[in-house]
Amino acid sequence: MLSNLRQLFRYRGLIQILVVRDLKARYRGSVLGALWSFLNPLLLLLVYSFVFTVLFSRGEMVNIEPYAVFMFCGLLPWTWFSSSLSEGANALLIGGNLIKKVMFPAEILPVVAVLSNMVHFLFGLPILIGFLLFYAVPLQFSLFGVTIDRLALIRLPGLTELVWLPFIVVVQFILTLGFVMVLSALTVHFRDIKDLLANLLTLWFFATPIIYPMSAVPAGGKIFYDLNPFSHLAISYQEILFYDGPFGHWKWLLALAVGGAGLFLLGYWLFDRLRDSFADEV
Amino acid sequence: MPAIELHHVSKVYRRHGHRRQFATLKSALLTGSLVRHLQPDESFSALSDVSVTVPKGACYGVIGRNGSGKSTLLKIVAGITKPTSGSVRVGGRVSALIELGAGFHPEISGRENVFINGVMLGLSRREISDRFDEIVEFAELEDFIEAPVKTYSSGMYMRLGFAVATHVDPDVLLVDEVLAVGDEGFSLKCLDTFAEFKRRGKTILLVTHGLAMVERFCDEAVWLEAGQNRTTGDPKRVVQMYLADVEQAEDQHLAAEDAKAQQTLVTQAPPETVSEPVAESAAPARPEEASGGSTAEAAEVVEVVEVAEVAEVAEVAEEVEEAEDDAPPPDMFTAKSGRWGSGAVQIEKVTLEGDRGSAHVFHTGDPMTIRMRIRAARPVDDFAFGVSIFSTDGVCCYGTNTYIEEMESESLEGEAEVVFAIERLDLVEGTYKLDVAVHKRDGFSYDYHRLLYTFRVKSRTKDAGIYRPRHVWRFTDNVRFKEPDNRSDD
Repeated sequence: MLSNLRQLFRYRGLIQILVVRDLKARYRGSVLGALWSFLNPLLLLLVYSFVFTVLFSRGEMVNIEPYAVFMFCGLLPWTWFSSSLSEGANALLIGGNLIKKVMFPAEILPVVAVLSNMVHFLFGLPILIGFLLFYAVPLQFSLFGVTIDRLALIRLPGLTELVWLPFIVVVQFILTLGFVMVLSALTVHFRDIKDLLANLLTLWFFATPIIYPMSAVPAGGKIFYDLNPFSHLAISYQEILFYDGPFGHWKWLLALAVGGAGLFLLGYWLFDRLRDSFADEV
Repeated sequence: MPAIELHHVSKVYRRHGHRRQFATLKSALLTGSLVRHLQPDESFSALSDVSVTVPKGACYGVIGRNGSGKSTLLKIVAGITKPTSGSVRVGGRVSALIELGAGFHPEISGRENVFINGVMLGLSRREISDRFDEIVEFAELEDFIEAPVKTYSSGMYMRLGFAVATHVDPDVLLVDEVLAVGDEGFSLKCLDTFAEFKRRGKTILLVTHGLAMVERFCDEAVWLEAGQNRTTGDPKRVVQMYLADVEQAEDQHLAAEDAKAQQTLVTQAPPETVSEPVAESAAPARPEEASGGSTAEAAEVVEVVEVAEVAEVAEVAEEVEEAEDDAPPPDMFTAKSGRWGSGAVQIEKVTLEGDRGSAHVFHTGDPMTIRMRIRAARPVDDFAFGVSIFSTDGVCCYGTNTYIEEMESESLEGEAEVVFAIERLDLVEGTYKLDVAVHKRDGFSYDYHRLLYTFRVKSRTKDAGIYRPRHVWRFTDNVRFKEPDNRSDD
């Protein structure tokens, strides 16, 4: 298993070229091309903002301004996570031809699924930064007779907080990869997983403090949120990028890092165990 | 050191009963049988205890019927799938031409796909850059290399796949029946590539149904049969043994079909003389026949009608009615297979014989004997025996009978044997069907067997048509042909 893990590192050239292929192929033929990597999260944000600020009243519990920025802090990593899971679960089936006809290290396929979605996540970050900047400066101008005058709504995150950001990304990467390893290997044998997963992810999304803050969760339900690995990621992103003050969730994040690494090793072990069945079952 | 070494390799595939198809995650979770479901409930042995050693620089052929484990063997050598037991050792870089262009992504350009495919096959990007022009030139895709692969024709797709796979510069090349693709020119190019590989001392493992290619190209061959190593060694010998076995199997198959035909004969048998007294009363039931024949013949016709009237519900009756409708058929050349006739004289058994007894597969130029066992219910004096050979597309290759050949019938009674001996069966390769019949001189059938017997003719010469006249070619001295290298012809 460990020697196989080392091989994974050896195949980084292949992984890289496949991620690039994925990104190229995804937008090939569309008019806007790679611009969609930016547009997709932006449009998603618009939809959710519209739904939760205009259609639904958020009530007293969720009184956050600017709400869109808060939500985006959790939504962007969630998109990476959920797309990786649903694509990764199918990765072996879709790449079946490679596994069956070419000598090809199967674990590359789920890794590529997670990585190419991570690239989309990274493309979305500038938009988030743009929003942060926009709300971090006071606006005072007149245009066509409309005068806008507002103070800075948020403060930009401090450097001591920002250094945590790459670490959170790494933790999320390892955790996601762990999930995807398990899911992709099992989906080969149980095709129902992909349907089950789609619905599970919807539930998971609403059970995670992304569109509402952790403070809105009643005390009785807190235990479930503590057990949900993605709540800690979402809270970490929010604390670092959105809320003022020091990053207080770091203990949970460290625990999650350990748990994520454990899950990855377990997932890889399972994947390795089932590896020989892939070429026959896909 | 050999390039490929398979040591007692077995591969067992799990085969799932229909139960498993519905046993999905839900039931696996509910019954807690997840682990058990990952265990095979039925297994199928694709390869069992196969040992093969391919020396470095050899071209090694793998032949066998469909499903004999050839492709599994190749996949095991390629490392795509692991053997269930036994060991595999392959020396050097392997490139497998199993499915050409398997890793191509349809949306991106040929150029990008070449790079990706090359990296998958183990080249560095630098190495691919160096060989890129060569690859494109070989694939003859200079004008299309920037277009997305989805716009390629299947031939272009295969050519590009082949070009990349062979330019990986493998030490061991695994080829699975890929030459079937591409036009004539490209096929030749592929053969040239293989020849060059051989020259450069590379090892080739060739899985193919093209036996001629195995004989011509390979230094050694293995014949797999139901996952087992039937024989290894000199390709000509292996191919010969394989062909002989295929013939034998065909023979058995045809024999089984024959047995089935014989079975239908039993159910379809023309009615025997059932009621002698009624026959004697002799009422002319079918004027057109009665007018032509003697009173005895008229009596037979009556018998037929009698039976039909008596047992209308019984299946026998249907057969007889059919027989009545069919005999004589409006056009014997359009009639489907079957049997009809009055049954006064019956052909009870038909056997085809070659020079070594009963056979269904013959070689062009072999002798063939058609042996018929005849039984006449009563003595008859008006009879003729006939034989016709038809090709599968319904062309009558040859037909004759004793009447045409001016043999005047005198008497036939009891059990008899009729032999139609063909000294040389000079038909080209193909499947043929046989009519045999005994009838009156005017064509009225006693017993007509229509296309009930099948035999196959094999030939190593792929000549065209139906009939091969015995022939020789003669040339003046200034016309020369190369010595046949190692092709044999019989």
